[in-house]
Amino acid sequence: MSGEEIIEGEEIIEIPGKWEIPYLYSAGKTASKFFYGLKHNKKIMGTKCKECSRVYLPPRSYCETCFLPIIDWVEVGEKGIVETFTIVLAKFEGFPEPPFIISYVRLDGADTCLANFISGIDLTDIEKAKKIIKVGMRVKVLFKDNPEGRITDFVFVPINP
Amino acid sequence: MGRRVAIVGVGQTKYVSKRKDVNTPELANEAVVGALQDAGLKISEIESTIFASAPEAFEGINCPDKWCVGGIGAANKPFMRINTGGMTGGSGFIAAFDHISSGMFDVVMVVAIQRVGESPDAQRILNTIFDPIYEKDIALNIISVCALQATRHMAKYGTTEEQMAKIVVRCHKNAQKNPYSHLKLNITVEDVLRSKYLCWPIKLLDACPRSDGACAVILASEEKAKKITPAPAWVNGLASITESYYVGDRLGWRGGDDDFTDGNSLRIVSKKAYQMAGIINPLEEVDVAEIYAPFSNLEIMDIEALGFCERGKGGEFIDKGIPEIDGKLPINPSGGVLTSNPIGATALIRIAEAALQVMGKAGEHQIADVKTALARTAGGTNQFHNVVILGRNAK
Repeated sequence: MSGEEIIEGEEIIEIPGKWEIPYLYSAGKTASKFFYGLKHNKKIMGTKCKECSRVYLPPRSYCETCFLPIIDWVEVGEKGIVETFTIVLAKFEGFPEPPFIISYVRLDGADTCLANFISGIDLTDIEKAKKIIKVGMRVKVLFKDNPEGRITDFVFVPINP
Repeated sequence: MGRRVAIVGVGQTKYVSKRKDVNTPELANEAVVGALQDAGLKISEIESTIFASAPEAFEGINCPDKWCVGGIGAANKPFMRINTGGMTGGSGFIAAFDHISSGMFDVVMVVAIQRVGESPDAQRILNTIFDPIYEKDIALNIISVCALQATRHMAKYGTTEEQMAKIVVRCHKNAQKNPYSHLKLNITVEDVLRSKYLCWPIKLLDACPRSDGACAVILASEEKAKKITPAPAWVNGLASITESYYVGDRLGWRGGDDDFTDGNSLRIVSKKAYQMAGIINPLEEVDVAEIYAPFSNLEIMDIEALGFCERGKGGEFIDKGIPEIDGKLPINPSGGVLTSNPIGATALIRIAEAALQVMGKAGEHQIADVKTALARTAGGTNQFHNVVILGRNAK
Protein backbone atom coordinates (compact mmCIF):
# COMPACT_ATOMS: atom_id res chain seq x y z
CA MET A 1 0.00 0.00 0.00
CA SER A 2 1.40 3.40 -0.86
CA GLY A 3 0.24 6.87 -1.76
CA GLU A 4 -2.50 8.75 0.04
CA GLU A 5 -5.19 6.08 0.14
CA ILE A 6 -7.49 6.08 3.13
CA ILE A 7 -8.92 2.67 3.95
CA GLU A 8 -12.69 2.67 3.93
CA GLY A 9 -14.07 2.78 7.44
CA GLU A 10 -10.71 3.28 9.18
CA GLU A 11 -9.66 6.69 10.41
CA ILE A 12 -6.05 7.79 9.82
CA ILE A 13 -4.95 9.57 12.97
CA GLU A 14 -2.65 12.57 13.27
CA ILE A 15 -1.33 13.34 16.75
CA PRO A 16 -0.75 17.02 17.53
CA GLY A 17 2.53 18.16 19.07
CA LYS A 18 4.49 21.35 19.66
CA TRP A 19 8.03 22.31 20.70
CA GLU A 20 7.92 25.18 23.17
CA ILE A 21 11.40 25.35 24.54
CA PRO A 22 12.89 28.53 26.01
CA TYR A 23 16.61 29.16 25.48
CA LEU A 24 19.26 31.58 26.67
CA TYR A 25 21.84 31.65 23.88
CA SER A 26 25.38 32.50 24.93
CA ALA A 27 26.45 35.41 22.78
CA GLY A 28 29.99 35.28 24.18
CA LYS A 29 32.41 38.02 25.18
CA THR A 30 33.11 39.21 21.66
CA ALA A 31 29.52 39.63 20.53
CA SER A 32 28.68 41.18 23.91
CA LYS A 33 31.35 43.83 23.36
CA PHE A 34 29.93 44.52 19.90
CA PHE A 35 26.43 44.96 21.30
CA TYR A 36 27.75 47.17 24.10
CA GLY A 37 29.18 49.42 21.40
CA LEU A 38 25.79 49.60 19.71
CA LYS A 39 23.86 50.29 22.87
CA HIS A 40 26.12 52.75 24.66
CA ASN A 41 28.08 54.42 21.87
CA LYS A 42 25.99 53.93 18.76
CA LYS A 43 29.17 52.70 17.11
CA ILE A 44 29.77 49.63 14.96
CA MET A 45 33.01 47.84 15.83
CA GLY A 46 34.68 45.05 13.90
CA THR A 47 37.62 42.86 14.84
CA LYS A 48 40.85 42.92 12.87
CA CYS A 49 43.25 40.04 12.33
CA LYS A 50 46.89 41.01 13.03
CA GLU A 51 48.11 38.51 10.47
CA CYS A 52 45.99 39.19 7.36
CA SER A 53 44.49 42.57 8.38
CA ARG A 54 40.95 41.47 7.54
CA VAL A 55 38.26 43.33 9.43
CA TYR A 56 35.34 41.11 10.35
CA LEU A 57 31.73 42.14 10.77
CA PRO A 58 30.02 40.57 12.63
CA PRO A 59 33.13 40.58 14.84
CA ARG A 60 34.95 37.28 15.48
CA SER A 61 37.33 36.25 18.18
CA TYR A 62 39.31 34.19 15.65
CA CYS A 63 40.29 34.69 12.04
CA GLU A 64 38.85 31.93 9.92
CA THR A 65 41.42 32.38 7.19
CA CYS A 66 44.53 32.41 9.41
CA PHE A 67 42.92 30.34 12.15
CA LEU A 68 44.43 32.61 14.77
CA PRO A 69 42.83 34.47 17.68
CA ILE A 70 41.88 38.09 17.06
CA ILE A 71 42.08 40.66 19.82
CA ASP A 72 42.08 44.01 18.00
CA TRP A 73 38.91 46.06 17.58
CA VAL A 74 38.38 48.76 14.99
CA GLU A 75 35.53 51.15 14.45
CA VAL A 76 34.10 50.84 10.95
CA GLY A 77 32.53 53.58 8.88
CA GLU A 78 28.92 54.64 9.13
CA LYS A 79 28.47 54.23 5.41
CA GLY A 80 28.80 51.33 3.03
CA ILE A 81 27.77 49.51 -0.13
CA VAL A 82 24.79 47.25 -0.71
CA GLU A 83 26.39 44.04 -1.97
CA THR A 84 23.07 42.28 -2.32
CA PHE A 85 19.46 42.55 -1.16
CA THR A 86 15.99 41.12 -1.52
CA ILE A 87 12.56 42.66 -1.15
CA VAL A 88 10.42 40.37 1.00
CA LEU A 89 6.91 40.55 -0.39
CA ALA A 90 5.17 37.54 1.11
CA LYS A 91 4.06 37.14 4.70
CA PHE A 92 5.95 34.38 6.50
CA GLU A 93 4.63 33.14 9.82
CA GLY A 94 6.56 34.72 12.69
CA PHE A 95 8.29 37.24 10.41
CA PRO A 96 7.64 41.00 10.04
CA GLU A 97 4.81 42.23 7.85
CA PRO A 98 5.92 42.64 4.25
CA PRO A 99 7.14 44.50 2.33
CA PHE A 100 10.60 44.99 3.72
CA ILE A 101 14.17 44.83 2.42
CA ILE A 102 16.93 42.56 3.72
CA SER A 103 20.43 43.48 2.67
CA TYR A 104 24.10 42.59 3.12
CA VAL A 105 26.14 45.77 3.35
CA ARG A 106 29.92 46.15 3.32
CA LEU A 107 30.53 49.10 5.63
CA ASP A 108 33.57 51.25 4.87
CA GLY A 109 36.58 49.66 6.50
CA ALA A 110 35.09 46.19 6.86
CA ASP A 111 36.05 43.22 4.70
CA THR A 112 32.88 41.22 5.28
CA CYS A 113 29.25 42.21 4.90
CA LEU A 114 26.71 42.68 7.65
CA ALA A 115 23.05 41.74 7.31
CA ASN A 116 20.29 44.13 8.25
CA PHE A 117 17.10 45.73 7.00
CA ILE A 118 17.09 48.71 4.64
CA SER A 119 14.55 51.38 5.56
CA GLY A 120 13.62 54.67 4.04
CA ILE A 121 12.65 53.41 0.62
CA ASP A 122 9.03 53.80 -0.33
CA LEU A 123 7.73 50.28 -0.89
CA THR A 124 4.16 51.20 -1.73
CA ASP A 125 5.13 51.00 -5.39
CA ILE A 126 7.39 47.98 -5.73
CA GLU A 127 8.19 48.62 -9.39
CA LYS A 128 9.46 52.09 -8.46
CA ALA A 129 11.38 50.73 -5.48
CA LYS A 130 13.14 48.17 -7.67
CA LYS A 131 14.61 51.04 -9.64
CA ILE A 132 15.97 52.73 -6.53
CA ILE A 133 17.43 49.85 -4.55
CA LYS A 134 20.41 48.41 -6.38
CA VAL A 135 23.50 46.31 -5.79
CA GLY A 136 26.30 48.87 -5.44
CA MET A 137 24.09 51.54 -3.88
CA ARG A 138 25.57 53.50 -0.96
CA VAL A 139 23.74 53.41 2.35
CA LYS A 140 24.38 54.63 5.86
CA VAL A 141 23.68 53.29 9.31
CA LEU A 142 20.73 54.73 11.23
CA PHE A 143 20.47 53.87 14.90
CA LYS A 144 17.18 53.76 16.72
CA ASP A 145 16.70 56.27 19.50
CA ASN A 146 17.01 53.75 22.31
CA PRO A 147 19.29 50.94 21.25
CA GLU A 148 19.01 47.73 23.27
CA GLY A 149 22.28 46.05 22.44
CA ARG A 150 20.93 43.85 19.64
CA ILE A 151 21.55 43.64 15.90
CA THR A 152 18.19 45.33 15.38
CA ASP A 153 19.48 48.54 17.01
CA PHE A 154 20.15 49.95 13.58
CA VAL A 155 19.02 49.77 9.99
CA PHE A 156 20.57 50.90 6.74
CA VAL A 157 19.09 53.86 4.90
CA PRO A 158 19.86 55.34 1.49
CA ILE A 159 22.38 58.16 1.65
CA ASN A 160 20.59 60.20 -0.97
CA PRO A 161 16.88 59.44 -0.61
CA MET B 1 42.21 6.74 -3.95
CA GLY B 2 40.74 3.56 -2.38
CA ARG B 3 38.78 0.70 -3.89
CA ARG B 4 36.27 1.20 -6.68
CA VAL B 5 32.65 1.58 -5.60
CA ALA B 6 29.41 1.31 -7.56
CA ILE B 7 25.72 1.91 -6.99
CA VAL B 8 23.83 -1.35 -7.40
CA GLY B 9 20.28 -0.47 -6.38
CA VAL B 10 17.98 2.47 -5.84
CA GLY B 11 14.59 2.89 -4.15
CA GLN B 12 12.29 5.90 -3.89
CA THR B 13 8.84 6.71 -2.55
CA LYS B 14 6.33 8.83 -4.43
CA TYR B 15 6.82 12.40 -3.22
CA VAL B 16 3.66 14.07 -1.92
CA SER B 17 2.71 16.84 0.50
CA LYS B 18 2.04 14.42 3.31
CA ARG B 19 2.04 10.65 3.70
CA LYS B 20 -0.59 10.35 6.42
CA ASP B 21 -0.84 6.63 5.85
CA VAL B 22 2.65 5.81 7.20
CA ASN B 23 4.78 6.79 10.16
CA THR B 24 8.42 7.78 9.61
CA PRO B 25 10.05 4.32 9.92
CA GLU B 26 7.36 2.89 7.62
CA LEU B 27 8.07 5.55 5.02
CA ALA B 28 11.79 4.82 5.19
CA ASN B 29 10.99 1.10 4.93
CA GLU B 30 9.33 1.62 1.53
CA ALA B 31 12.47 3.15 0.05
CA VAL B 32 14.64 0.39 1.52
CA VAL B 33 12.40 -2.40 0.20
CA GLY B 34 12.48 -0.72 -3.20
CA ALA B 35 16.28 -0.53 -3.23
CA LEU B 36 16.68 -4.15 -2.14
CA GLN B 37 14.29 -5.30 -4.86
CA ASP B 38 16.13 -3.20 -7.42
CA ALA B 39 19.45 -4.75 -6.44
CA GLY B 40 18.08 -8.24 -5.89
CA LEU B 41 19.56 -8.29 -2.39
CA LYS B 42 18.31 -9.39 1.02
CA ILE B 43 18.47 -7.01 3.98
CA SER B 44 20.96 -9.35 5.64
CA GLU B 45 23.41 -8.64 2.84
CA ILE B 46 23.60 -4.96 3.82
CA GLU B 47 26.60 -4.74 6.17
CA SER B 48 26.21 -1.18 7.46
CA THR B 49 23.54 1.50 7.27
CA ILE B 50 23.80 5.26 7.00
CA PHE B 51 20.70 7.23 7.94
CA ALA B 52 20.44 10.71 6.47
CA SER B 53 17.91 13.32 7.51
CA ALA B 54 18.09 17.09 7.93
CA PRO B 55 16.92 19.34 10.82
CA GLU B 56 14.60 17.49 13.16
CA ALA B 57 12.37 20.48 13.60
CA PHE B 58 10.57 19.57 10.39
CA GLU B 59 9.16 16.42 11.93
CA GLY B 60 9.38 17.56 15.54
CA ILE B 61 11.10 14.37 16.61
CA ASN B 62 14.69 14.39 17.79
CA CYS B 63 17.02 11.63 16.63
CA PRO B 64 14.65 10.04 14.13
CA ASP B 65 17.56 7.73 13.31
CA LYS B 66 16.86 5.85 16.54
CA TRP B 67 13.24 5.35 15.66
CA CYS B 68 13.86 4.30 12.07
CA VAL B 69 16.35 1.52 12.82
CA GLY B 70 13.64 -1.14 12.69
CA GLY B 71 12.02 0.11 9.51
CA ILE B 72 15.32 0.19 7.60
CA GLY B 73 16.74 -3.14 8.77
CA ALA B 74 19.66 -1.47 10.50
CA ALA B 75 19.60 -3.36 13.78
CA ASN B 76 22.60 -5.47 14.76
CA LYS B 77 24.85 -3.68 12.31
CA PRO B 78 27.03 -0.57 12.37
CA PHE B 79 24.93 2.57 12.04
CA MET B 80 25.29 6.34 11.88
CA ARG B 81 23.27 9.42 11.03
CA ILE B 82 24.42 12.26 8.82
CA ASN B 83 22.99 15.79 8.58
CA THR B 84 24.26 18.57 6.34
CA GLY B 85 21.01 20.40 5.75
CA GLY B 86 19.97 20.14 2.12
CA MET B 87 23.11 18.18 1.30
CA THR B 88 22.27 15.51 3.86
CA GLY B 89 21.56 12.79 1.28
CA GLY B 90 24.77 13.67 -0.55
CA SER B 91 26.89 13.52 2.59
CA GLY B 92 25.23 10.23 3.51
CA PHE B 93 26.27 8.96 0.11
CA ILE B 94 29.84 10.15 0.63
CA ALA B 95 29.94 8.32 3.98
CA ALA B 96 28.65 5.12 2.37
CA PHE B 97 31.23 5.46 -0.39
CA ASP B 98 34.01 5.91 2.16
CA HIS B 99 32.83 2.86 4.10
CA ILE B 100 33.45 0.72 1.02
CA SER B 101 36.33 2.52 -0.63
CA SER B 102 38.31 2.17 2.58
CA GLY B 103 37.97 -1.57 2.47
CA MET B 104 36.02 -1.74 5.73
CA PHE B 105 32.75 -2.92 4.16
CA ASP B 106 31.57 -4.42 0.87
CA VAL B 107 27.84 -3.61 0.73
CA VAL B 108 26.40 -0.51 2.41
CA MET B 109 23.04 1.22 2.22
CA VAL B 110 22.27 4.90 2.69
CA VAL B 111 18.66 5.81 3.51
CA ALA B 112 17.57 9.44 3.35
CA ILE B 113 14.22 10.76 4.51
CA GLN B 114 12.34 13.93 5.34
CA ARG B 115 8.75 14.69 6.20
CA VAL B 116 8.46 18.39 5.53
CA GLY B 117 4.69 17.89 5.63
CA GLU B 118 4.64 17.15 9.37
CA SER B 119 4.88 20.87 10.20
CA PRO B 120 2.96 23.71 8.57
CA ASP B 121 5.77 26.15 7.85
CA ALA B 122 9.20 25.22 6.58
CA GLN B 123 10.55 28.78 6.44
CA ARG B 124 9.94 29.35 10.14
CA ILE B 125 12.04 26.28 10.85
CA LEU B 126 14.67 27.34 8.34
CA ASN B 127 14.99 30.71 10.07
CA THR B 128 16.36 28.79 13.06
CA ILE B 129 19.45 27.72 11.13
CA PHE B 130 20.71 31.30 11.31
CA ASP B 131 22.70 32.13 14.43
CA PRO B 132 20.58 33.80 17.10
CA ILE B 133 23.23 36.45 17.78
CA TYR B 134 23.57 38.31 14.50
CA GLU B 135 21.32 36.91 11.79
CA LYS B 136 18.12 35.28 13.03
CA ASP B 137 16.50 38.63 13.81
CA ILE B 138 17.00 39.84 10.26
CA ALA B 139 14.14 37.60 9.08
CA LEU B 140 16.47 35.42 7.04
CA ASN B 141 15.19 32.14 5.69
CA ILE B 142 16.09 29.97 2.74
CA ILE B 143 13.92 31.90 0.30
CA SER B 144 15.42 35.26 1.23
CA VAL B 145 19.00 33.96 1.07
CA CYS B 146 18.46 32.35 -2.33
CA ALA B 147 16.77 35.56 -3.48
CA LEU B 148 19.88 37.50 -2.39
CA GLN B 149 21.94 35.25 -4.63
CA ALA B 150 19.61 35.90 -7.54
CA THR B 151 19.72 39.67 -7.09
CA ARG B 152 23.50 39.74 -7.10
CA HIS B 153 23.78 37.35 -10.06
CA MET B 154 21.34 39.54 -11.99
CA ALA B 155 23.29 42.68 -11.10
CA LYS B 156 26.60 41.10 -12.14
CA TYR B 157 25.54 39.27 -15.28
CA GLY B 158 22.12 40.48 -16.40
CA THR B 159 20.40 37.18 -15.62
CA THR B 160 16.64 37.60 -16.01
CA GLU B 161 13.48 36.38 -14.33
CA GLU B 162 12.47 35.01 -17.70
CA GLN B 163 15.50 32.75 -17.82
CA MET B 164 14.61 31.54 -14.32
CA ALA B 165 11.07 30.88 -15.52
CA LYS B 166 12.25 28.71 -18.41
CA ILE B 167 13.93 26.40 -15.90
CA VAL B 168 10.68 26.04 -13.95
CA VAL B 169 8.68 25.19 -17.07
CA ARG B 170 11.20 22.55 -18.10
CA CYS B 171 11.34 20.89 -14.70
CA HIS B 172 7.59 20.57 -14.45
CA LYS B 173 7.36 19.21 -17.96
CA ASN B 174 10.06 16.65 -17.17
CA ALA B 175 8.33 15.72 -13.92
CA GLN B 176 5.32 14.55 -15.86
CA LYS B 177 7.38 11.58 -17.01
CA ASN B 178 8.62 10.75 -13.50
CA PRO B 179 6.17 8.58 -11.51
CA TYR B 180 7.76 9.71 -8.22
CA SER B 181 7.42 13.45 -8.75
CA HIS B 182 5.34 15.56 -6.39
CA LEU B 183 4.40 18.47 -8.65
CA LYS B 184 3.74 18.16 -12.35
CA LEU B 185 2.18 21.46 -13.34
CA ASN B 186 1.28 22.39 -16.90
CA ILE B 187 2.69 25.89 -16.89
CA THR B 188 4.18 28.44 -19.24
CA VAL B 189 6.88 31.05 -18.74
CA GLU B 190 4.07 33.61 -18.46
CA ASP B 191 2.48 31.63 -15.63
CA VAL B 192 5.76 31.68 -13.72
CA LEU B 193 6.31 35.39 -14.28
CA ARG B 194 2.79 36.15 -13.11
CA SER B 195 3.02 34.06 -9.93
CA LYS B 196 3.24 36.05 -6.73
CA TYR B 197 6.55 37.28 -5.37
CA LEU B 198 7.89 35.63 -2.25
CA CYS B 199 11.20 37.47 -1.97
CA TRP B 200 12.04 39.47 -5.07
CA PRO B 201 13.11 38.16 -7.55
CA ILE B 202 11.92 34.71 -6.44
CA LYS B 203 8.27 34.02 -7.15
CA LEU B 204 6.01 31.23 -5.95
CA LEU B 205 6.58 29.13 -9.05
CA ASP B 206 10.35 29.65 -8.84
CA ALA B 207 10.25 27.78 -5.54
CA CYS B 208 10.25 24.11 -4.59
CA PRO B 209 7.32 22.36 -2.87
CA ARG B 210 7.37 20.91 0.65
CA SER B 211 7.40 17.14 0.26
CA ASP B 212 7.38 13.95 2.31
CA GLY B 213 9.57 11.20 0.95
CA ALA B 214 12.44 8.77 1.27
CA CYS B 215 15.18 7.40 -0.94
CA ALA B 216 17.59 4.51 -0.46
CA VAL B 217 20.76 3.74 -2.39
CA ILE B 218 22.83 0.58 -2.11
CA LEU B 219 26.55 0.75 -2.85
CA ALA B 220 28.97 -2.13 -3.28
CA SER B 221 32.65 -2.80 -3.76
CA GLU B 222 33.84 -3.59 -7.27
CA GLU B 223 33.96 -7.31 -6.67
CA LYS B 224 30.50 -7.50 -5.15
CA ALA B 225 28.95 -5.00 -7.59
CA LYS B 226 29.89 -7.12 -10.58
CA LYS B 227 28.13 -10.11 -9.01
CA ILE B 228 25.04 -8.15 -7.98
CA THR B 229 24.15 -6.47 -11.25
CA PRO B 230 25.32 -6.45 -14.88
CA ALA B 231 24.87 -2.67 -14.96
CA PRO B 232 26.20 -0.94 -11.87
CA ALA B 233 26.65 2.84 -11.82
CA TRP B 234 30.36 3.37 -11.08
CA VAL B 235 31.34 6.22 -8.81
CA ASN B 236 34.08 7.75 -10.95
CA GLY B 237 34.25 11.18 -9.37
CA LEU B 238 33.36 12.46 -5.92
CA ALA B 239 34.26 15.68 -4.13
CA SER B 240 32.77 17.97 -1.51
CA ILE B 241 33.46 21.19 0.33
CA THR B 242 32.02 23.60 2.83
CA GLU B 243 32.17 27.37 2.60
CA SER B 244 32.35 29.71 5.58
CA TYR B 245 29.15 30.10 7.53
CA TYR B 246 28.42 33.82 7.27
CA VAL B 247 26.83 34.80 3.97
CA GLY B 248 28.46 38.19 4.52
CA ASP B 249 31.88 36.51 4.38
CA ARG B 250 31.03 35.00 1.02
CA LEU B 251 30.24 38.09 -0.99
CA GLY B 252 33.80 38.69 -2.14
CA TRP B 253 36.40 40.16 0.17
CA ARG B 254 37.07 43.81 -0.46
CA GLY B 255 38.48 43.73 -3.97
CA GLY B 256 38.78 39.95 -3.83
CA ASP B 257 37.11 36.87 -5.21
CA ASP B 258 35.18 34.23 -3.25
CA ASP B 259 31.63 35.26 -4.05
CA PHE B 260 29.07 32.60 -3.31
CA THR B 261 26.77 33.91 -5.99
CA ASP B 262 29.43 32.82 -8.48
CA GLY B 263 29.52 29.35 -7.01
CA ASN B 264 33.25 29.50 -6.43
CA SER B 265 33.21 26.57 -4.02
CA LEU B 266 31.23 24.47 -6.46
CA ARG B 267 33.82 25.34 -9.08
CA ILE B 268 36.55 23.89 -6.89
CA VAL B 269 34.52 20.77 -6.15
CA SER B 270 33.54 20.09 -9.74
CA LYS B 271 37.15 20.49 -10.91
CA LYS B 272 38.22 17.86 -8.39
CA ALA B 273 35.42 15.49 -9.38
CA TYR B 274 36.11 15.93 -13.10
CA GLN B 275 39.79 15.26 -12.52
CA MET B 276 39.01 12.06 -10.67
CA ALA B 277 36.67 10.97 -13.44
CA GLY B 278 39.08 11.95 -16.20
CA ILE B 279 36.67 14.49 -17.67
CA ILE B 280 38.27 17.34 -19.57
CA ASN B 281 35.33 18.92 -21.39
CA PRO B 282 32.26 18.69 -19.17
CA LEU B 283 29.74 19.98 -21.73
CA GLU B 284 30.83 17.31 -24.19
CA GLU B 285 31.50 14.44 -21.82
CA VAL B 286 28.64 14.69 -19.31
CA ASP B 287 25.48 13.19 -20.81
CA VAL B 288 22.97 14.25 -18.16
CA ALA B 289 23.01 16.22 -14.92
CA GLU B 290 20.80 16.22 -11.84
CA ILE B 291 21.27 19.53 -10.06
CA TYR B 292 20.08 20.45 -6.57
CA ALA B 293 18.28 23.73 -7.25
CA PRO B 294 15.33 24.33 -4.92
CA PHE B 295 14.94 27.77 -6.52
CA SER B 296 15.22 28.30 -10.25
CA ASN B 297 18.01 30.91 -10.12
CA LEU B 298 20.35 28.42 -8.42
CA GLU B 299 20.41 26.23 -11.51
CA ILE B 300 21.80 29.10 -13.55
CA MET B 301 24.62 29.70 -11.08
CA ASP B 302 25.37 25.98 -10.92
CA ILE B 303 25.57 25.57 -14.68
CA GLU B 304 28.38 28.14 -14.69
CA ALA B 305 30.17 26.75 -11.66
CA LEU B 306 30.01 23.21 -13.03
CA GLY B 307 31.92 24.44 -16.05
CA PHE B 308 29.15 23.78 -18.57
CA CYS B 309 29.55 27.39 -19.71
CA GLU B 310 31.56 30.47 -18.85
CA ARG B 311 30.97 32.55 -15.75
CA GLY B 312 27.98 34.79 -16.24
CA LYS B 313 26.67 32.90 -19.29
CA GLY B 314 24.29 30.61 -17.44
CA GLY B 315 21.24 32.60 -18.54
CA GLU B 316 22.32 32.36 -22.17
CA PHE B 317 22.79 28.60 -21.73
CA ILE B 318 19.13 28.39 -20.67
CA ASP B 319 18.01 30.57 -23.58
CA LYS B 320 19.78 28.24 -26.02
CA GLY B 321 17.75 25.28 -24.76
CA ILE B 322 20.82 23.19 -23.97
CA PRO B 323 19.34 21.67 -20.77
CA GLU B 324 16.02 20.67 -22.36
CA ILE B 325 15.15 16.96 -22.37
CA ASP B 326 16.11 16.77 -26.05
CA GLY B 327 18.98 19.24 -25.69
CA LYS B 328 22.72 18.71 -25.71
CA LEU B 329 22.95 18.34 -21.92
CA PRO B 330 19.60 17.50 -20.30
CA ILE B 331 19.40 18.89 -16.79
CA ASN B 332 17.01 17.47 -14.21
CA PRO B 333 15.17 15.01 -16.44
CA SER B 334 13.56 13.79 -13.19
CA GLY B 335 11.93 17.19 -12.71
CA GLY B 336 14.52 18.14 -10.13
CA VAL B 337 14.05 19.83 -6.78
CA LEU B 338 11.55 22.37 -8.11
CA THR B 339 9.04 19.54 -8.40
CA SER B 340 9.91 17.39 -5.36
CA ASN B 341 11.74 18.44 -2.22
CA PRO B 342 11.77 16.11 0.81
CA ILE B 343 14.76 18.09 2.05
CA GLY B 344 16.94 15.46 3.77
CA ALA B 345 16.32 12.99 0.96
CA THR B 346 16.57 15.40 -1.96
CA ALA B 347 20.34 15.24 -2.38
CA LEU B 348 20.32 11.45 -2.42
CA ILE B 349 17.51 11.55 -4.97
CA ARG B 350 19.76 13.55 -7.32
CA ILE B 351 22.38 10.83 -7.02
CA ALA B 352 19.77 8.07 -7.35
CA GLU B 353 18.32 9.68 -10.48
CA ALA B 354 21.78 10.06 -11.98
CA ALA B 355 22.36 6.36 -11.22
CA LEU B 356 19.07 5.37 -12.87
CA GLN B 357 20.15 7.23 -15.99
CA VAL B 358 23.50 5.42 -16.13
CA MET B 359 21.90 2.04 -15.37
CA GLY B 360 19.25 2.56 -18.06
CA LYS B 361 16.44 2.31 -15.51
CA ALA B 362 14.98 5.81 -15.66
CA GLY B 363 11.86 4.64 -17.51
CA GLU B 364 9.96 7.33 -19.34
CA HIS B 365 12.46 10.05 -18.45
CA GLN B 366 15.47 8.01 -19.56
CA ILE B 367 17.93 9.95 -21.67
CA ALA B 368 19.36 7.88 -24.52
CA ASP B 369 22.78 6.29 -24.20
CA VAL B 370 23.99 7.76 -20.92
CA LYS B 371 27.62 6.89 -20.25
CA THR B 372 28.30 9.66 -17.73
CA ALA B 373 25.86 11.31 -15.34
CA LEU B 374 26.59 14.10 -12.89
CA ALA B 375 24.77 14.77 -9.63
CA ARG B 376 25.28 18.08 -7.85
CA THR B 377 24.04 18.31 -4.27
CA ALA B 378 23.96 21.36 -2.01
CA GLY B 379 22.91 22.37 1.47
CA GLY B 380 22.87 24.87 4.29
CA THR B 381 22.03 28.03 2.30
CA ASN B 382 24.49 26.89 -0.33
CA GLN B 383 27.27 26.50 2.18
CA PHE B 384 27.84 22.80 1.47
CA HIS B 385 28.61 21.47 -2.00
CA ASN B 386 29.19 18.07 -3.53
CA VAL B 387 29.53 16.60 -6.99
CA VAL B 388 29.20 12.92 -7.83
CA ILE B 389 30.08 11.60 -11.27
CA LEU B 390 28.69 8.22 -12.21
CA GLY B 391 29.72 6.17 -15.20
CA ARG B 392 28.51 3.14 -17.06
CA ASN B 393 32.14 2.07 -17.14
CA ALA B 394 34.51 2.22 -14.20
CA LYS B 395 37.24 4.85 -14.47
